[in-house]
Amino acid sequence: MGLAQTLLRSRAVAALATPHPVDRYLELVNPMWAVQEVRAVVTGVRRETGGEHPVTTLVLQPTPTWRGHRAGQHVQVGVELPGIATRLTRVFTISSAASAPGEKITLTIRAHDHRDGRPSVSRHLATAAEPGTVLHLSQAMGDFTLPVSPATPGIDPLLFITGGSGITPAMSMLRTLLRDGYDGRAGRPVMFLHYARSADDQIFAGELAAIAAADNDVTVHLRHGHQLFNEPDLRRTVPGYRDTDTWVCGPGGLVDLVRAAYPDASPARAGRLRVEFFKPPASAGSGSAEGDVTFARAGRAAANTGASLLEQAEVLGLRPPSGCRMGICFSCTARKTEGTVRNVVTGVESSMPDEDIQICVSSPVGDCVVDL
Amino acid sequence: MTTTHPHTLSPEQLATFGEELDAIRQRVLADLGAADADYIRRVVKAQRGFEVAGRALFYVPPAWPLAVAALSVSKILDNMEIGHNVMHGQYDWMGDPGLNSRMFEWDTMAPSENWKYGHNYVHHTYTNIVGKDRDIGYGILRMDEDQEWHPYYLGNPLYAFLLMTFFEWGVALHDLEVDELVAGRRTWAENRQIAARIWRKVRKQTFKDYVLFPALTGPLFPLTFAGNVVANLVRNVWAFNIIFCGHFPSGVATFSMEECEDETRGHWYYRQLLGSANITGSRLMHVMSGNLSHQIEHHLFPDLPARRYPEIAEEVREICERYDLPYNQGPLHKQLASVAGKIFRMALPPRRKTAEPVAPLAETPAAA
Repeated sequence: MGLAQTLLRSRAVAALATPHPVDRYLELVNPMWAVQEVRAVVTGVRRETGGEHPVTTLVLQPTPTWRGHRAGQHVQVGVELPGIATRLTRVFTISSAASAPGEKITLTIRAHDHRDGRPSVSRHLATAAEPGTVLHLSQAMGDFTLPVSPATPGIDPLLFITGGSGITPAMSMLRTLLRDGYDGRAGRPVMFLHYARSADDQIFAGELAAIAAADNDVTVHLRHGHQLFNEPDLRRTVPGYRDTDTWVCGPGGLVDLVRAAYPDASPARAGRLRVEFFKPPASAGSGSAEGDVTFARAGRAAANTGASLLEQAEVLGLRPPSGCRMGICFSCTARKTEGTVRNVVTGVESSMPDEDIQICVSSPVGDCVVDL
Repeated sequence: MTTTHPHTLSPEQLATFGEELDAIRQRVLADLGAADADYIRRVVKAQRGFEVAGRALFYVPPAWPLAVAALSVSKILDNMEIGHNVMHGQYDWMGDPGLNSRMFEWDTMAPSENWKYGHNYVHHTYTNIVGKDRDIGYGILRMDEDQEWHPYYLGNPLYAFLLMTFFEWGVALHDLEVDELVAGRRTWAENRQIAARIWRKVRKQTFKDYVLFPALTGPLFPLTFAGNVVANLVRNVWAFNIIFCGHFPSGVATFSMEECEDETRGHWYYRQLLGSANITGSRLMHVMSGNLSHQIEHHLFPDLPARRYPEIAEEVREICERYDLPYNQGPLHKQLASVAGKIFRMALPPRRKTAEPVAPLAETPAAA
């Protein structure tokens, strides 16, 4: 495939395929042939936990276009659910150690409930994906990563605080450290503090037990049941936690509690606490003009007036591209990253994150963030 | 304002008329799914097949006509059933970047970015409003009574012929609005980006069809070159004719800016209906025209997948009957003859007295 890849990626082949990308031709022959886009085929499926919200690890072989990832990064996964011809895209954290270009990766996914009758991508992937399933990927993205590489190992201690499926980026970092030769002689204590609903809901239980038992400087603290994160417990477990590089990932409630335990980060501690949390799509009642509208790229926000997003953007002095202002020309399509919008023409409300909407006929219902 | 619309609706009628069409739209939107996705993917697959076959057959000199035919079909499918419709956002709901209106680029000289502005926005919003819709005569031709006559328009048939022959170039240059530039209502600065896009696209298209692919066939260079010229020409002629049959057959109404001020949704639908004409024909004809043979339905619902237009048409016709509105349709040869007649008629100055009884509407429902 080496020579073929080089040839297919050449400018000459692109000039022959123009105006269409070369991938538009290759995908018709074999979806795993690509020169620009990234796709991956499922090669293994591992059930991590059972119950109502099972967690599954998918082993993925990406196309050679995969540029690799740093531990802690996430990836957009696009998939067409049966019965729906729409490709839905969701973000999942990579749970395997840092990968080189073209290398296999794993995603560890908890099956969430269907919300408002909308299909759940996570449930589909966690329960229905099987070897041979092809997924559409983005390149790896995100800055919630370890700043050190094996070549320049730091000596500062590391603390991971995670809840539920927020364990995945921390696990990727831990696996990377251990794979790249991290052991007890590194002199760099790693504390791994994780909150799970129950022992049965504990993801990676076997691997974590093995890590805890092995000769390394990793201490694993697992908290199960109704025990919420609390500062005294953290102080007892990691006395100097406020001066420790800390990575926090989990549901919003956990993140808020942890943030409160790291008050007024002094300049010396700035950057000690790194946070990533999963935001569930905010659902709001119909017809209300509450909440705030945020235009992320412009860095502007204002109280939602209930007018179309286009009008609200223009009131703030933004000039997003637009055309017909009645929903037919698609000049104004923009990406809504969070929140619920109502299509004023059809009356249909939609709360899907990272969704392309026509801002001239979409009015926000509650808080809403648009990439403009 | 010389245009009068013999079939006017009261404001109340316009409102219910709009509601009925909105209802069709809602119903189809709610029903979009696997059948539509499968359809457009099948068409894409067929188009790519024709394209690869066409390019390959140029290596077999006796198969030259076949190669040209396959490549022509490929370009027609690419531009019409795929390109035009995808760039309208008809398949954006699929979430497939390959079929997304913001990503798609078509196999013709006009860059999608320019075209989408002039077409999706200007033409589809201001359809047939004289002075606003730049697709009335494309700034070159006189296609409506309300365009003032000038001796320049004596060349109307010639300009139309040239536009047909070089249609892809015409579409590309259309967005520069050269007539507006000459009239001093547009500046070069406004055109810089548009021109840069055209230049980039034209370079790539020309290099591919007239240098690279001919060169790849070695000694057959001249044959392949000629074949690509013909394939582009076939597509030009076909696209031009289908498109001209969409808005210029006699009976199609135009509107003044005044009557479209503060327009209601109902009146917008009414204008789209009266401003468009359909071509009747076989299923193959519909596919090859990108279903623009259902120009009326396309103008009522530009963002619904075009494969739905035939089924929608039955309901639209029924609604038109109830509101006593004309539904302009006819077979290709008839609509073409009507368009050709208009091109010649408009070349001449208007005769004072007979001030053109607008729209011989009687002839239109005949072909139903």
